[in-house]
Amino acid sequence: MLSWLLGAASGFARPKIDYHALAPEIILSVGICVVLIVDLFISESKKWLTATIAGVVLIASVIPIVTLAVIGDNTRSLFDGRYVVDEFSLIMKAMFLIIGYVVVLLSTNEIEEGGYYQGEYYVLLLSGVLGMVMMTSARDLVSVFVAFEFLSIPTYMLAAWRKRDTKSNEAGVKYFLLGAFASALMLYGMSLLYGVAHSTKLSDIGAAITVKGKLSGVEALAIVFIVAAFGFKVSAVPFHSWAPDTYQGAPTPVTAFLSVGSKAGGFVALVSMVYLAFPLAKDIWQPLMFVLATLTMTVGNVMALKQTNIVRMLAYSSISQGGFILMPFVVAGTKASETSLKTIVAYLLVYATTNLGAFAVVIAVTRKTRSGEISALGGMLTYAPGLTALMTLFFASLAGIPPFGGWFAKVSAFRAVLEAGTGYGYAIAVIGAVNTVIAFGYYGNIMREMWMKPAPDGDNSRVEVPPSIIAALGITGAGTLLLGILPHLVLRFGDLNDLVHTGALGK
Amino acid sequence: MDVLRNNNALLTIGTFLPLAGVLVMMFIPSGKELLHKQIALLTALATVAVGVYTVAKFDFGNAGKLQFYADTSWIKVIHSNYTIGLDGISLPLYMLSSVITLVVMVYSWDHIPSPGNAKAFLILMLVLQTSMAGTFVAQDLILFFVFFELVLLPMYFMIGVWGGEQRQYASLKFFLYTMFGSALMLVAFLALYWQVSKNGLSGQASFSIPYLAAHGGVLGKTVQIWLFAGMFVGFAVKVPMFPFHTWLPDAHTQAPTQGSVILAAVMLKLGTYGFVRIAIPILPAAAKAWAPWIGGLAVIGIIYGALGCLAQTDMKRLIAFSSVAHMGFVMLGISTLTTLGLNAAMFGMVAHGLITGMLFFVAGSIKDRYHTLEIKRLGGILKQMPRMGWILGFCAMASLGLPGLAGFWGEFPVIVSAYQPFTNTNVFRVYMVVAAVGTVLAAGYLLWLFQRVAFGEPPEEFSGHAPAHSVGAAANDTLHGDEIHHDIHDVKLTEWLAWSPLLLGIVVLGIYPQLLFKVIDPAVQVALKAYGKG
Repeated sequence: MLSWLLGAASGFARPKIDYHALAPEIILSVGICVVLIVDLFISESKKWLTATIAGVVLIASVIPIVTLAVIGDNTRSLFDGRYVVDEFSLIMKAMFLIIGYVVVLLSTNEIEEGGYYQGEYYVLLLSGVLGMVMMTSARDLVSVFVAFEFLSIPTYMLAAWRKRDTKSNEAGVKYFLLGAFASALMLYGMSLLYGVAHSTKLSDIGAAITVKGKLSGVEALAIVFIVAAFGFKVSAVPFHSWAPDTYQGAPTPVTAFLSVGSKAGGFVALVSMVYLAFPLAKDIWQPLMFVLATLTMTVGNVMALKQTNIVRMLAYSSISQGGFILMPFVVAGTKASETSLKTIVAYLLVYATTNLGAFAVVIAVTRKTRSGEISALGGMLTYAPGLTALMTLFFASLAGIPPFGGWFAKVSAFRAVLEAGTGYGYAIAVIGAVNTVIAFGYYGNIMREMWMKPAPDGDNSRVEVPPSIIAALGITGAGTLLLGILPHLVLRFGDLNDLVHTGALGK
Repeated sequence: MDVLRNNNALLTIGTFLPLAGVLVMMFIPSGKELLHKQIALLTALATVAVGVYTVAKFDFGNAGKLQFYADTSWIKVIHSNYTIGLDGISLPLYMLSSVITLVVMVYSWDHIPSPGNAKAFLILMLVLQTSMAGTFVAQDLILFFVFFELVLLPMYFMIGVWGGEQRQYASLKFFLYTMFGSALMLVAFLALYWQVSKNGLSGQASFSIPYLAAHGGVLGKTVQIWLFAGMFVGFAVKVPMFPFHTWLPDAHTQAPTQGSVILAAVMLKLGTYGFVRIAIPILPAAAKAWAPWIGGLAVIGIIYGALGCLAQTDMKRLIAFSSVAHMGFVMLGISTLTTLGLNAAMFGMVAHGLITGMLFFVAGSIKDRYHTLEIKRLGGILKQMPRMGWILGFCAMASLGLPGLAGFWGEFPVIVSAYQPFTNTNVFRVYMVVAAVGTVLAAGYLLWLFQRVAFGEPPEEFSGHAPAHSVGAAANDTLHGDEIHHDIHDVKLTEWLAWSPLLLGIVVLGIYPQLLFKVIDPAVQVALKAYGKG
């Protein structure tokens, strides 16, 4: 045994590494170390430096992505095709890095004023982003799993960041326990897949599962396990129960990160599994996705309706939005496969921009109101007309009202499912349409509080918004408006023409 | 495609000009109310000026063709274009929207409803104008949808912030109803797109309305019927047709005067316009199948609206219900699928816009003076405010369809057209009789209203020159406190300025309807091309 291993090792040739393609990950890794080391040597009063470094690192990581996109020489395949940099992964990487940057902007004041451990916070945040960035390129069961854990474990700790607050601890523990459970499910599913396909490479698995024509029970079981595991990550109903408690308990910037970054990470993983590992097993996952999407958007909506805490409401709202992102999965693997993939990308971009913006406004306002209750938003039109306009913009976008980004995401989702022309497609379109209306119930409620109610305590003093949050609001607000009015300007990056046809994704 | 591309930046300017005003106003602090009013008024005036120029440049000999046509790529990913154009169907409504916005701005000069905040109020009104005008010029389904939905949010805030006591309930109801409709409408639009690109001769995919109108006919009847159903819900809620009308009395009654006027005068037309522009030309087979059902719902609306009016105790609510009846006439005209019927329906839209807009103005002004609109408590307006009283009488006459005024040409030809509809002649002849009964009821409720509020002696609480406080008026007292001790005065200058264009319009269109018909008719002929000789 040992000699066999040694024999194999002697034949080991160092794989050719494309450093340009790996540059974002390398910069992030170096950045993590820098933040960690700098944090050791600076005095307590200069800890803000860590935030600055984290921001710079994130922006620096975008640069190689831009150069890669400009060169545009299609797919760069590394490590025997198990780690791939293609159009899809570039656009998603850029999204994750910008999400990370905005979250850093949102965090600075909150973390500094709370006297939390700043250096560690940004180290973990950067690690989470690194996990997400890796996930976009992972084309192998092992790298998918590693990326998945990489993006999960830091967020478990971030959720529990307010050490002395039992709610925050509860948030972290709940998230951790259910996350660990999901990982176990996923590993089990992956082991079954490996057993069937004798390979961990996603495209090999895809090929192995299609040859037979009929699915075996083991394969079906593996697929169900894996979809369920990612269901936890994207908080799809019925795997959502951790989300509201975790979102409410965690510090709000972390919640923003969880609801956008970590959720999008889950969807990216789901995309690579569904489109590469078992694209032709749609008999299994199509009904599964249909049920998940229906339940997720409906239950999320209905539960959101009765929330009185705004962060908890945003938690359910993001569950329901997740249902809409699952919608195109229902028609993946039909002739609308290509459209649905583009739609998922477009929806993720719009959702990330809008939802981060919504959290930014919530963070800005709660600095004054000191309350997470929706009723505390009353009178905002009087004392903060600018923030009211922005909040209206973000919530109208989430509700899918033109001309703000969300409408385009919703229209694309409907368009994708209707293109397929299948029964599932038509059914989910109508269910989605009805849910759009229900959703306005709670988004409209927020607008009503801001516009139509007086301030509950009669305090009409202005809100002081720190510059970093203004920057975050600027980025997300401009993005949301631009995505709505000229979607093409931004989304042509998501116009992944050859993604499905040439199989650029992974081969 | 047979279109005129002359002056193709004109419509874009006319549509988005109000947003320029909004942009300026956003950077002026809300304390400077006068400046905001000036800018808003100026913007509205400029918009009407552009509109007048558009009319001057409009080629009336080619009213059936889309003019000022512009077509640029907008969202390539989904093949949606920025396509706009104006033909004889859009032109009157496009102008109506800008004129109504202008007169509402004039009226707002000294009528900013409680709780104030002129800046936000006027900004919302300008945004509303852009979205309404945009809906009437859009020639691409996605663009149409965007404008159609954009209308909702400003109106939601207008009702919810500046409305009456039940404003929050009314605004939410308004929003949810219309959003439900437009969500299904959107699904129908997208399904139509895929169906046409799959079955169409050229296999080309497009959201362009003229393109779809040329190729929609290839779809099978069953497919068409389902697509029509989706659009029907979207448009019918907006019209509103019985039984989707229940949001309307609440929204109209609770909205501030300006909101009610815009709602009645322009926003209800978005629904009927949708039928004429999109559903009827694109899905002919379905329209034929649906026609008797739409006609049936329309006459139910006529009778139900009229009976509803007779039962109302609140003047504004009565006018709101009369809208249901009048829009019933419009829908009956549309459902005949004949050129006469569609002409009359288009005329009815404009006439209803002018007349009901005026009625809501008068109701608002009466409310300002008496702080109540309860019919029982009003009376003797002719004695106290003769001019106001006569204007109310004039509008009531116009509304009931008196020959010589605009309302007549929206009702009478509809009834005539139902005698010879495109399909289901017998059914429509029954509808014709019912609709005729409806006109009698209309005369009944309007004259009765006029008699109760205008004739006789002013009631005791308002006789004397200082009207007493009343329980119902408590809500608005804070801001209008000064008015309560004033005399009940007759029509003011701003009111004259705001109302005279509408009053003039009612008379001119009543005496010389050809002015409008000659613009509408060629376009209606084009819209009904798929139906052969109607």
